[in-house]
Amino acid sequence: MTQPLDYLKESPSQTAGPYVHIGCVPNFAGIKMYDGDLGASMKTGPVQGQEITIKGHVYDGTGTPLRDAMIEIWQPDAAGLFASANETRGTADPNFTGFGRTAGDMDTGEFTFETVKPGAVPWPDGRMQAPHITFWIVARGINIGLHTRMYFEDESDANATDPILTRMEHQNRVPTLLATKTADGVYTFDIHLQGPQETVFFDM
Amino acid sequence: MSLIKTQGGFITRDRGRQPDAYTPDYKTSVKRSPSAALLSFPSSISEETAPMFGHGMLGELDNDLIHNYAAAGESAIGPRIIVHGRVLDENGNGIPNTLVEFWQANAGGRYRHKKESYLAPLDPNFGGCGRTITGEDGSYEFRTVQPGPYPWPNRMNDWRPAHIHFSLFGHGFAQRLITQMYFEGDPHIKLCPIVGVLKSQEAVDALTAPLDMNRTVPMDSRAYKFDMVLRGRRQTYFENRKEGM
Ligand SMILES: [Fe+2]
Repeated sequence: MTQPLDYLKESPSQTAGPYVHIGCVPNFAGIKMYDGDLGASMKTGPVQGQEITIKGHVYDGTGTPLRDAMIEIWQPDAAGLFASANETRGTADPNFTGFGRTAGDMDTGEFTFETVKPGAVPWPDGRMQAPHITFWIVARGINIGLHTRMYFEDESDANATDPILTRMEHQNRVPTLLATKTADGVYTFDIHLQGPQETVFFDM
Repeated sequence: MSLIKTQGGFITRDRGRQPDAYTPDYKTSVKRSPSAALLSFPSSISEETAPMFGHGMLGELDNDLIHNYAAAGESAIGPRIIVHGRVLDENGNGIPNTLVEFWQANAGGRYRHKKESYLAPLDPNFGGCGRTITGEDGSYEFRTVQPGPYPWPNRMNDWRPAHIHFSLFGHGFAQRLITQMYFEGDPHIKLCPIVGVLKSQEAVDALTAPLDMNRTVPMDSRAYKFDMVLRGRRQTYFENRKEGM
């Protein structure tokens, strides 16, 4: 026998289910609460840097867009600083929260985020990572939230030295993490849960 | 010289205790489950930071589902309960000042949602959602009515046990978690394919709240205690030496 290792265990995840909107975006679900839904706007005033729009769908393994998902994003400001209590490198843009949350369009499932192009942030060893936005996707049928990252197609120099993108075994899957520029300041980022175009999901 | 404790990266998630993505008894998971292996990397600042939500954003009734959607002088129908507990990390530390959101069906098992088709009636005084922010020791509490079990389209006769959904943030986005709380003694727990994605009885027990008579308010509300654990960070120590020593 040994002494017990008295760490606690992370609570098991359970699906967010089809009614996640009631709890997380109640106004979207038609329940008037809280003076608006959390994460509906990422800007509280004029922001620094380039303002961008991100649009996309979440597709299942048959190619059908999900219409009952909830998508969240988390990112630094244009200077690479997070509006977080754990940010010790400086003070982030006071008019930018870095956090977005949406259920997408009720009929088409298309999601839209109005945000800013993020600055670069360091990897634990001090190298810089390419600019990226963290995505977290939950829905009915997803047993534990899926974590991925969106990088920018038009940041090829930074992407070419990124510690994650350059170390991925299947380099032919890197494009699943790249947002394509469809107009000035507009990017498309589709997420495929399964199938030949399956998005790379992370365990970080 | 002294030892200083600092936070390292997040402890690797124990995927052996978390449900798999592909769980065919829960049919919707079949076409919504990634089939490639997840890409493993250490956490970086993108995962070690999280949005801040202050106590100032909370309304007075945000943690009272009996009244937060009810007309003046009215209250939601159903068994009155208090749900309380702590949000902890894997190192056993309470997680202070973190947002906890919750949602549920009404006492008849009906959700207030346009895609909901169960014939049980809506309660005009029950919205079904609430939120709170943990105290300094990670504690939280809210008041609600006990939700009812409800049928759902999966196999021909599947019913969800009574449950409350929870959404948690922590202080790093890597801790983000959504889960469900079940009630001690519910016979549907054993039968439900969504509970069935859990890999062990121990994991089911970790999501099953016991009746807590110590927190029950006599002649008013029963209480259930539900603690939740989010991922922890590696604790590292380094020596704080003066230059040149
Ligand atoms: Fe539910």
